[in-house]
Amino acid sequence: MPESNSKRRSERKFGDYGGQYVPEALMPAIEELTDAYERYVLDNEDGFMDEFRERIRDFGGRPTPLQRADNLSERYGSDVYLKREDLLHGGAHKLNNALGQVLLAKYMGKERIIAETGAGQHGTATAMAAAHLDMPCEIYMGRRDVNRQRPNVFRMRINGAAVNPVDIGRGTLKEAISETMRDWATTVETTHYVIGSVVGPAPFPAMVRDFHRVIAEETRRQAEEQYGRLPDAVVACAGGGSNTMGIFSDFVGDEGVSLYAVEAGGSSLSVDEERGVAPNSASLSTGSEGVLHGARTKLLQDGDGQIMESHSVSSGLDYAGVGPELAYLVDEGRVNAVNVDDDAALEAFHRLSQDEGIIPALETAHALAFLEETDEDLGEFVVVNVSGRGDKDLEAAIEETEKRDLPNAPDMGVFE
Amino acid sequence: MNADIAAAFADGPAFIPYLAAGDPNYEASLEYVEALERGGADIIELGLPFSEPIAEGSTIQSAIVRSLAGGMTVGRYFEFVEEADVDVPLVCMTYYNLIYQYGDEEGPAPFVRRAKEAGIDGFVVPDLPAEEADPLREACTDHGLDLVFIVAPTTDDDRLERLVSLSSGYLYVQARLGVTGARDDVSDQTTASLDRLAGYDVPKAVGFGIKTGEHAERVVAGGADGIIVGSALVDIVAEGHESDAPVGETANRLEALCRELKEGAVAGSRATTPERT
Ligand SMILES: Cc1ncc(COP(=O)(O)O)c(C=O)c1O
Repeated sequence: MPESNSKRRSERKFGDYGGQYVPEALMPAIEELTDAYERYVLDNEDGFMDEFRERIRDFGGRPTPLQRADNLSERYGSDVYLKREDLLHGGAHKLNNALGQVLLAKYMGKERIIAETGAGQHGTATAMAAAHLDMPCEIYMGRRDVNRQRPNVFRMRINGAAVNPVDIGRGTLKEAISETMRDWATTVETTHYVIGSVVGPAPFPAMVRDFHRVIAEETRRQAEEQYGRLPDAVVACAGGGSNTMGIFSDFVGDEGVSLYAVEAGGSSLSVDEERGVAPNSASLSTGSEGVLHGARTKLLQDGDGQIMESHSVSSGLDYAGVGPELAYLVDEGRVNAVNVDDDAALEAFHRLSQDEGIIPALETAHALAFLEETDEDLGEFVVVNVSGRGDKDLEAAIEETEKRDLPNAPDMGVFE
Repeated sequence: MNADIAAAFADGPAFIPYLAAGDPNYEASLEYVEALERGGADIIELGLPFSEPIAEGSTIQSAIVRSLAGGMTVGRYFEFVEEADVDVPLVCMTYYNLIYQYGDEEGPAPFVRRAKEAGIDGFVVPDLPAEEADPLREACTDHGLDLVFIVAPTTDDDRLERLVSLSSGYLYVQARLGVTGARDDVSDQTTASLDRLAGYDVPKAVGFGIKTGEHAERVVAGGADGIIVGSALVDIVAEGHESDAPVGETANRLEALCRELKEGAVAGSRATTPERT
């Protein structure tokens, strides 16, 4: 990976996006974290990155395969390859970041780990990393997400983490992040907050991306080895944007590679201003610039700047904001922000399961649905990031499938 | 610098109560704010509710939820400020996104201009550290309003120096780590912070956790020039709302607690400067 000199310092802003909009109590910790990030991650001090790479290989199961999807390839008339992050330990890309940050917290001498989670994948990955590295861990999760992601709640508990349901607001990721920041503001001297995506105050967006960059490094190498060249298009779903930035990061400089960030279009792209509700989570496609959870970025908000409640059938995409670097790359025209709705995502969930024998996360299903929905010619070599597996989503998928008339749903009568 | 805020610290300790504007509704809230002044407020921090108040504990979070559910908007907030029948300086306490959204290419200036027109004298913005505050600070300087910075127990000496030099009006000394919320004791962190700040010649107002006249007395005796009290007052509003108490009754309770807090603060200042009595 070419490392330019300007990359040697941590990036605080991406154009006008990013920054550090947090209470003063947290600023010294953020300075301390910035210093640790630059020394350990960027400069590999004390062999930190060597240890990270070894652990993400042996404990995590990297590299993950880049697999040709034969049936999808036939369906779309191009070579569709799947980057199988669902095969990473824990079942999603989230472990790259969680392991990186928990290890960093250890190097920094922190005593306790906290994290928020939406779909539960980040909480699970953090709980696993904390158990692996012997750190006490507490996870905040919106009450509504606790109810729709029960298997992951159990997985966190089994790994020894405490799970704190958050009852405020609608009880999804946005509220869980706010609550984790409150915990952090109280315990900042001993605690590291493992933020779950490329969001939050600097240096988190750059640091989280760097831990996920391993996805792009492998994809690049595997594409060359298996296909003889770089892909024409890379497609990834975007909630906060960590799997997105992870697989995009090393392709940003390759103008020949089109990058598609697929957001959750929910049930509609319109918003209910009166009630402050957006029935989607498409902040890149429909949001506007503002400040949330420590960063300036694109947000779903009303005219006053109150944050809207978002919606997606997949809890991991159900967030009113997005990573600042991704917002910047979209503004620059480098990344195409697109979206698909809940129905299309569910159809894609069943399609991949039936056609390829891979049950994807509902988040990932959005990226796959884009292949079906788009009129654009994506080129002959397309890579889709399979950000996670769908085991966690089975209950939600049953419930949501039953509500709809999907053309490709299996007979669900067995559940009656 | 805003002359009114400076004047509020001129003779004796300043008592600075906080309420969220519009909690639980516009009309009742107006009466509550007026009760704060009757109870002896020298400055009032008037919260403009934001949907993601990351620095607030559950008491003020609930106040914000009630206020927003009651129809509070940025436009209504300014009307509220205009309508509130109080003579003490008003400080707008809110989060940066609301300030930022009100503007356009001009950044925060339009918000500051409108706030001044409505009668606001200064700002406290808990999610705006010194690093990001230049645009708002410039707009405040242009319009003669104060921007108050918060000093936390974790703030190191270099940052402290910088915050003292940037802050205008007063310095908000966060009494302990964490979020807002009434407490049953005064934290040792408060005393430590005040000791660190003793050499700086700026008004130091302590907030986070103060609940009783006795707390107020101890904090002022420890070197504070003012006390900021939010959650203990919001608790009274919440109780009134939950028990459907008449607005006048809740207002009287607010006034009574204010009087106790103000008297405590004054007693604390006598303790530090016996020659004054
Ligand atoms: C499998 C999976 N994919 C994607 C996401 C969305 O997050 P991000 O956009 O940060 O990759 C999540 C979040 O929980 C997830 O679990």
